[in-house]
Amino acid sequence: MQPSAAKPTTETPMSELSTPAPNPPSAVPQHTSKLSAANLNFFYGGFQALHGISMSIYANRVTAFIGPSGCGKSTFLRTLNRMNESVRHARVEGDILLDGENIHTMDVNQVRRRVGMVFQRSNPFPKSIFENVAYGLRINGSPSRSELRDAVEQSLRRAALWNEVKDKLNQSAYGLSGGQQQRLCIARALAVNPEVLLLDEPCSALDPIATTKIEDLIFQLKESCTIVIVTHNMQQAARVADYTGFFLLGKLIEFDVTSVIFKTPARQETEDYVTGRFG
Amino acid sequence: MTAAVPTSAMTFRTLRRKAISVIMLSLTGLCTLIATGLLLFILGYLFVNGAKSLSWDFFTKLPTPVGETGGGMANAIVGSAKLLMIAMLVGTPIGFLGGVYLAEFGNSTLSFVVRYVTDLLNGVPSIVIGIFAYTVIVLPQKHFSTLAGGLALGVMTIPIAVRSSEEFLRAVPNSLREGAVALGASKSRAILTVVIPAAKNGIMTGIMLNLARVAGETAPLLFTSFSNRYWSPGFDQPTAALPVMIFTYAIAPYEDWHQQAWAAGFVLLMLVLAVNIAARLILSKQKHVAR
Repeated sequence: MQPSAAKPTTETPMSELSTPAPNPPSAVPQHTSKLSAANLNFFYGGFQALHGISMSIYANRVTAFIGPSGCGKSTFLRTLNRMNESVRHARVEGDILLDGENIHTMDVNQVRRRVGMVFQRSNPFPKSIFENVAYGLRINGSPSRSELRDAVEQSLRRAALWNEVKDKLNQSAYGLSGGQQQRLCIARALAVNPEVLLLDEPCSALDPIATTKIEDLIFQLKESCTIVIVTHNMQQAARVADYTGFFLLGKLIEFDVTSVIFKTPARQETEDYVTGRFG
Repeated sequence: MTAAVPTSAMTFRTLRRKAISVIMLSLTGLCTLIATGLLLFILGYLFVNGAKSLSWDFFTKLPTPVGETGGGMANAIVGSAKLLMIAMLVGTPIGFLGGVYLAEFGNSTLSFVVRYVTDLLNGVPSIVIGIFAYTVIVLPQKHFSTLAGGLALGVMTIPIAVRSSEEFLRAVPNSLREGAVALGASKSRAILTVVIPAAKNGIMTGIMLNLARVAGETAPLLFTSFSNRYWSPGFDQPTAALPVMIFTYAIAPYEDWHQQAWAAGFVLLMLVLAVNIAARLILSKQKHVAR
């Protein structure tokens, strides 16, 4: 049942980590790093929102970020595809590497094509279901009608939405339920075949049934892409994530295999948070 | 005894409050009645006087020479349409693109200045706008023209066109912009393919209402398009327009001219009403409405 049971690493305790800056946990070096941050600082004007974050996100794994509101986990997520750049007076220091290449020197639109994002509140475009999914393909070229149709169907299938919408592809996306809209947004992100998918609290506005569907989906999707999910829901992190990072006040307090974070965390703050003593 | 004093004070206070409540309620109600009543009165009066003077001839015939009864205002109807067309061609692109700039690109200082200036332009008396068009077109050309009148009306539409386009673009949730750029769309691409389509109906409504508003303007036309008792071919000659005709006919000393002026007023009002209703229908018939 527990996805963490499928976790590829051993449960050997390595929780005796005492270093405050959590470098890649010792138990994980066999995974390739897809995306990594090195000493990342982020500022909103004079306010420093992120302090020296260094971590690796492993390919074809699910990484969850947990922490209390305002701890910087969403901010960090949004630096991973440079979404924070449009925020006025935002400034970033440090490097983020995607397959070893610094994303700050890459074309920003190219970064976002490779690192897709799904937002907290579903944001379908005021277009038909078909056009929503086709959007990313259209802006990346001029695909033929049949190419589009195939890609839209495939993306909707990957997002486990095809059976529910196949007869109403030309209807407005706003006619769908909240959970369906969020899966539509996932399908839209998947249509451009991203290598990494960032999910910013994708289930916070959904009921338990819709949440379960999205979690099942995340589990299937990690075969084809790397997933990073920000969540307020610790059970959710425990269910879907292979790795979990705990953020507090703009710092990455601890990053490790999910079961370690939840069962034998190295740091007192992490333990306090996951046991519900604060936050 | 100690209890009686507060009680009587209480009843007095309660009575006073109730009295004030009644007075204020009647006052606000009365003012509401006056505000809506005025409009209904104008509508009704125009309807009674205008509709009865209206005939098929009004739409198809030219004005008759003084002393001759009958005739119509076909040239003024066409003239108004041409003037509004030019106004639309002048005002819409400037207003719309200016609105896009303000909503999507402008930094806060510049946007503030532009907004302030457009508000000021909006407050410029229409007759001054007419003088402006007179100076830049009529004087160099040495004759009145449809073009000059259209330009004057077009300039009048710019401030509202800018502000309404900006408002409707701003009303598009930021999450849609983020959704588009997160898929790898450039900012301009996102604006063109997501933001503007989402605001399209609102922007169109704004433009239509704006045109309906200047359709009744008289002052800027007086010395730009002037008037004309005959057809005005092309855009280079003086032309009749409904509001100017209403003015000319209403102050004339002939009873049948007054009737014609009523009819013209009625037609103009119906036109503006029709545009208003159409605009609101467009706005309510959005295919994809966000919940």
